[in-house]
Amino acid sequence: MGHSESTLLDVERIREDFPILQREFDGQRLVYLDNGATSQTPEPVVECIADYYRTTNANVHRGLHQLSQEASIAYEEAHDRVAEFVGASGGREEIVFTKNTTESENLVAYAWGLNELGPEDEVVLTEMEHHASLVTWQQIAKRTGATCKYIRIEDDGTLDMDHARECITDDTQMVSAVHVSNTLGTINPVSELADIAHDHGAYMFVDGAQSVPTRPVDVEAIDADFLAFSGHKMMGPTGIGVLYGKKHILAEMEPYLYGGEMIKKVTYEDATWNDLPWKFEAGTPPICQGIALAEACDYLDDIGMDRVRRHENDLAQYALEQLEATGDVETYGPPAGTERGGLVAFNLESVHAHDLSSILNDSAVAIRAGDHCTQPLHDKLGVAASARASFYVYNTREEVDKLVAAIDDARQLFA
Amino acid sequence: MGIGGSDMYRQQILDHYKNPRNYGELEDATFTHVGENPMCGDEITMDVVLDDEEEVIERVAFRGDGCAISQASASMLTQKLQGMTVEELAELDRDDVVDMLGVDISPMRIKCAVLAEKVAQDGADIYFGEKDLDKSSTEADE
Repeated sequence: MGHSESTLLDVERIREDFPILQREFDGQRLVYLDNGATSQTPEPVVECIADYYRTTNANVHRGLHQLSQEASIAYEEAHDRVAEFVGASGGREEIVFTKNTTESENLVAYAWGLNELGPEDEVVLTEMEHHASLVTWQQIAKRTGATCKYIRIEDDGTLDMDHARECITDDTQMVSAVHVSNTLGTINPVSELADIAHDHGAYMFVDGAQSVPTRPVDVEAIDADFLAFSGHKMMGPTGIGVLYGKKHILAEMEPYLYGGEMIKKVTYEDATWNDLPWKFEAGTPPICQGIALAEACDYLDDIGMDRVRRHENDLAQYALEQLEATGDVETYGPPAGTERGGLVAFNLESVHAHDLSSILNDSAVAIRAGDHCTQPLHDKLGVAASARASFYVYNTREEVDKLVAAIDDARQLFA
Repeated sequence: MGIGGSDMYRQQILDHYKNPRNYGELEDATFTHVGENPMCGDEITMDVVLDDEEEVIERVAFRGDGCAISQASASMLTQKLQGMTVEELAELDRDDVVDMLGVDISPMRIKCAVLAEKVAQDGADIYFGEKDLDKSSTEADE
């Protein structure tokens, strides 16, 4: 795509790859600020999907015919590409394709947690966990008798790291933390958490659903034992998620799902398991989706993940300033001036987030409203719901201005 | 506007949201029921007082939090239900609620609109269901 050496994104150029952004509702151009929920898909990825079905579609690892070979090679190489994207030097053996972040969390919780956890053990989470990890570990803890502990959040939306050091003990077997909070925008010090976890012999699971799409993430620099993320939040299609796991850990783990593809030898009495990562990919996998995710990695790397990170933070800071200047909007998470992920959750005094979202829809401004799958965090914040604007590479400051203007419409209506 | 936003927020809805009718508790409630709409985080509790024959709704009160649609709908429903029979309550459906609100409710918000109606109906079902159970278990005991 030939982006210049400049540190800034060529947003206008990027927007050309996203025809959906040209949609108009009642004459108003779509302002898509719900990227934390799902991102839009650029033409090269759409083309990749269409091209796969037009030219290559076949099942993988089953046929010896030409199409199946081509599909198999492309699907396997997609694992290598994704490994490279997150700095996994072990390549495809460390990258399991799943359905989404939630399934990646469940894979480890079931395949490792159910077998390894017992009544003496602890799983340490944060108070800002997404339900994907919170509910999953909570249920595995109930079944195994293990205890879930939660690292507290400070008033400024950051983790209380002294409390982290108290929570993580020699009884801790797993620390699972969200890298970038989908509600607060906080960027958590996952590398430091991994060090503490490892000092106590625990594994470190990083929920990268909001971080992998928006910043450079290097699993080996973090020293994460596991990393989970979703394709559809990083310009890929739905139906594809990723579990990174250190090879020696994945090798020891029992399978999660049983069936075809994941086996090596089957008799009427027993079965043995396939090599990594196929041991964890039972049944026909998301072939096209995996290949398209690799294409999305190419697209993002062409832009440059550090540029993505700066653009995200720039828009979030601008939105924070504009929202706080109104005087009657409460924002959550780190204050302006502290780097954050490209999202801002907020509430307009006296207007419920869902009413706000419905009214913003009149101006073709798409945001999320609700509890963003962090109900306990919303309870802690003392609100039932919040509105959330979340940005991506194709968003602009002008779009933030449209958001602020549309919020003013809601303010007038409810005045 | 077509795509369903502020069209929903007509004066009547905003009025019921800001000045809810029959807001509070009824200490002599025949039955009380609470329900949530997890999507919005709406929560509504309804107290219903029935007549001595337990056939007609005499008084209704509600309390709760949530979006304007859910709260206004609850407020309007408390007025609508007074004097209705239990049977009529059971027959209410989403069209009745939309008619009562007098605005087009976008598909994503219909759960907000019908929450109060569901709470009242579920409350009645549970109340009369348990009474039937009590009766049958008493009969069985005899």
